[in-house]
Amino acid sequence: MVSNIAIFNSLLKGLAVTLQVLGYSVILALGLSFIFGFLSLSKWKIAKIASHLYIEIFRGTSLLVQLFWLYFSLPILGIQLPAMLVGVLGLGLNYGAYGAVVVKTSIQAVPKGQFEASVALNMSPFRRMRSVILPQAFVIMLPTFSNLTIELLKGTSLVSLVTLSDLTFQAMALRSATMETVKIFTILLILYFIVAYPITLAFRWLEKKLSVGRG
Amino acid sequence: MWSWDFAISILPQLLQAMIVTIEATIVGFVIAALLGLLWTLCKRSPFTPLRIAVNAFVEFIKSTPLLVQLYFIFFVFPAFGVSLSPFLAGVLGLGLHYSTYLTEVFRTGIDAIPKGQWEAGSALNFSRVKIWTQIIMPQAIPPIIPMLGNYFIVMFKETPLLSAISLVEMVQTAQMIGSASFRYVEAFTDVGIIFLVLSYPASLIVGVINKRIKQRFGQSI
Repeated sequence: MVSNIAIFNSLLKGLAVTLQVLGYSVILALGLSFIFGFLSLSKWKIAKIASHLYIEIFRGTSLLVQLFWLYFSLPILGIQLPAMLVGVLGLGLNYGAYGAVVVKTSIQAVPKGQFEASVALNMSPFRRMRSVILPQAFVIMLPTFSNLTIELLKGTSLVSLVTLSDLTFQAMALRSATMETVKIFTILLILYFIVAYPITLAFRWLEKKLSVGRG
Repeated sequence: MWSWDFAISILPQLLQAMIVTIEATIVGFVIAALLGLLWTLCKRSPFTPLRIAVNAFVEFIKSTPLLVQLYFIFFVFPAFGVSLSPFLAGVLGLGLHYSTYLTEVFRTGIDAIPKGQWEAGSALNFSRVKIWTQIIMPQAIPPIIPMLGNYFIVMFKETPLLSAISLVEMVQTAQMIGSASFRYVEAFTDVGIIFLVLSYPASLIVGVINKRIKQRFGQSI
């Protein structure tokens, strides 16, 4: 019989890893979203094709397949990555593809008159994007980004299958050590919810704040 | 490094496993649709505690990982005397998880029905059940078919998680091939390609259906 405190302590250790993976992969996914979102809107044909390929390949194959590919297949091709990097890379690339579509469609959703007005005002393309288009597109992106962040958090549980000792991994280890299955998995579910809920609330708050005066 | 011969020689085995993947997707989707509809109906109930309970349950399931829910069903249920096979536990978990997404889809479909349709139903003295089955659902479902299709594809891509509770589907098969031959590159690349070959055309088809439905109903949801 293992004490509750011991169970809780090892789960918290896993939680720290989960949050770390979440943080890094959110940054990577966000970066990729904007890069490939902009590329898919560019006039340059090669950029369009490249972003289309990236989006369809990473959305069309499954996240777990991608993680396993990075973890089991790459070493055979001579590239051995640590589990942490595999997790962050897999999650970042996968959700970056979903995010790129969001960035693309949100920018397209800004009314055309806004583009025309900023051209008429002789703004440089950079200035147009930064001060007119993006602030409006960003508000449109937020609700979907909120959902994607929760999806990404849930996705982090898959890194336990490539031996990274995240929350789920710790729970599985505890299960085989203590057989306290009911308790461990109930706490596990609650812990994930405790992480997810504030994220949802934070996005809601941000949405409200940014849409003030935009009607 | 890469051996075409090997990549092709394992295809029959993987395609065999693909059948399990597709079966799991279909059964999971049916469960998700039924449960999703049930949640939608509960959320419309006049009985407040039921509404609150269902809302909280749906929010909780939606915010926690499918993988953990699968473990919960597979490892915790037996403690209460319910032992399920990997396939049953898998489709149940998959169905339950995505029912929380489909309930939103059903809600948008039902909310889009003009109020007059409900009133007309009552005016014609239709029973509650008849209003739902003869008037509301036949109008609510067609516009949401593309959304349902998208979730079907999403669920298809989530089935690899079922390998974690030892269901022998495509990824599990690839892993067994990999560990026996140490040819992980061919095994997982094949699986990735099979997923892409199935899901990309499927999403194009959903796109076409979406266009047709928009033309017919003059609206997009």
